[in-house]
Amino acid sequence: MINIPATIKISLRALRVNKMRSALTMLGIIIGVSTVITMLAVGSGASQQISQQITSVGSNLIMILSGSSNAGGVRQGSGSQPTLTINDTDAIIRDCPAVLDAAPVLNGVCQIVYSNQNWSTNVVGTTPNMLVVRDWPIASGRIFTPDEVKSAVKVCLLGKTVADNLFGGIDPVGHIVRIKKVPFKVIGVLDTKGQTPTGQDQDDTIYVPVTTAQKKLFGNTLPGMVRMIMVKGKSTDDLSDAEKQITELLRQRHRIPLKTDNDFNLRNLTQMMQTAQQSAQVMGLLLGAIASVSLLVGGIGIMNIMLVSVTERTREIGIRMAVGAKTWDIRLQFIIEALTLSLIGGIIGIILGIGGSQLISNIAGWSTMVSLSSILISFSFSGLVGIGFGFYPAFKASLLNPIDALRYE
Amino acid sequence: MALIETKAVGKIYRLGDIDLTALNNVSLIIEKGEFVAVMGQSGSGKSTFMNILGCLDTPTQGQYLVDGIDIGHLEKDALAEIRCRKIGFVFQGFNLLQRTSAVENVELPMLYAGFSSKERKTKAFAALKAVGLEGREHHHPNQLSGGQQQRVAIARSLVNQAPIILADEPTGNLDTRTSDEIMELFVKLNTESRITVIIVTHDADIAGYSKRIIRFSDGRVISDKPNQRPS
Repeated sequence: MINIPATIKISLRALRVNKMRSALTMLGIIIGVSTVITMLAVGSGASQQISQQITSVGSNLIMILSGSSNAGGVRQGSGSQPTLTINDTDAIIRDCPAVLDAAPVLNGVCQIVYSNQNWSTNVVGTTPNMLVVRDWPIASGRIFTPDEVKSAVKVCLLGKTVADNLFGGIDPVGHIVRIKKVPFKVIGVLDTKGQTPTGQDQDDTIYVPVTTAQKKLFGNTLPGMVRMIMVKGKSTDDLSDAEKQITELLRQRHRIPLKTDNDFNLRNLTQMMQTAQQSAQVMGLLLGAIASVSLLVGGIGIMNIMLVSVTERTREIGIRMAVGAKTWDIRLQFIIEALTLSLIGGIIGIILGIGGSQLISNIAGWSTMVSLSSILISFSFSGLVGIGFGFYPAFKASLLNPIDALRYE
Repeated sequence: MALIETKAVGKIYRLGDIDLTALNNVSLIIEKGEFVAVMGQSGSGKSTFMNILGCLDTPTQGQYLVDGIDIGHLEKDALAEIRCRKIGFVFQGFNLLQRTSAVENVELPMLYAGFSSKERKTKAFAALKAVGLEGREHHHPNQLSGGQQQRVAIARSLVNQAPIILADEPTGNLDTRTSDEIMELFVKLNTESRITVIIVTHDADIAGYSKRIIRFSDGRVISDKPNQRPS
């Protein structure tokens, strides 16, 4: 019968007797655990940042791109053959229950002039629904009305970057800018949105009514055609339903026979960005895995010290065996010693790791996030290291011959 | 049934190609309550014999029965169990745990016998009182004299109520006066508690405290006589 509480007491006493040595042995584990926690925090911080960017681009987004042209077997890529219309957009809003809202996009890069300033940017012809689709508030002024879209009024909304570059400090609302030499009245400024996950400045844009864009800016040969439609689903769970409904609707509207390819492409932006988020998590795990090597080295340190300790305490082991200690009494004593070292080291490492993550986000400006799971994982890992590397010395101690051990000087 | 019985016990060490006979055909019976001194030159086999008696080692020949149990076929842990329950050890070098108080040293065998913390404390204090160390329970070995340390060791050997105490040169590191005190303690334990005491010594004065003297030479028993203890 093994007396666990008493064995724990014996082990703790042995560690207290050699305070300096115990502290140095723990240091390996402390460094290992704190690096693991810090690295995992950097990883999950990065993925958290990406998920913030997903929210900034707009959540539950689906992009519908017009199909690729196929002229004599030479395929031109998405959007080369205009197949989507403004009416498709309205139909999607009307007939797809899983869709919250949709907006057409007819865009191109144009030169903008205001007094003596000029700027080149992406001009987007769209409808007021765009602000709903992109979750994009207005900083000042207003968005164009559906009536203004219908009658192709020459009004525009500026992105923050465009407004700053053309107008400096002053409020652009009410002023006239020239887009491709066509005068447009600025009726509003969009709020700051920041960068996309790929680093594009989303604020470097101008919104105009889609009809105005067709008639005055891009001179579309096919009236009513748009480059793409942006759709916002009702919820993340509804996105695949929305995709199905849109596909069905558009095939029907475009009169595509069975067994023929779609003349449009669906892109689920949320899915793409979730992929990016996953890769950030994988990177974090990779960093954590590399850091766990140092935990392993710490474990070897424990084993080393435990082996020294077993040799040093040969006589003690002999005495214990002579008075009746059995194999597992001796083994457990040394395993508990190793386990205590590694667990205390683990706790200190967790505290330092949390502090280290804070330090990194303060100094390097990276966003870090210490997750509960990373704390639990590294703590249990350090426990495993203690048991794993404590076992061999404990095994060695238990195999000593009591007669030789008692005679050991 | 005898407490200790050896039947033609032998121990042969194999060193390469040479067989070294440390113990040769030893047959002895020691009854409960005896006080035996085992004497002999170094290399006479008395230490090997004591190791076997103490179940620290097993014979290569013959049979050794403790309380009727044949230990020849027992596993390591079963031997530990017998040492724990039936045998108390007293060594020449005291063999106390350093940096550990007297009472905790005495508790050690009970730890492995599975006593509760409270029982261990009570019994350890009682055993220390029995060997005359009342008031020094919390001293560490380096704060005790040699004689006191040996008393702690004796208390440790008593505490599990083992019927046998094996003492290997218990007075070897002590001066004559202290040696006498320790031997008086053994005599007292033997007469009052009927504990079987077996002492290995080469000192005739020490052997004089015993009731029976067994002499070893070249791995054999050369004489086994009752001792007329000077009273």
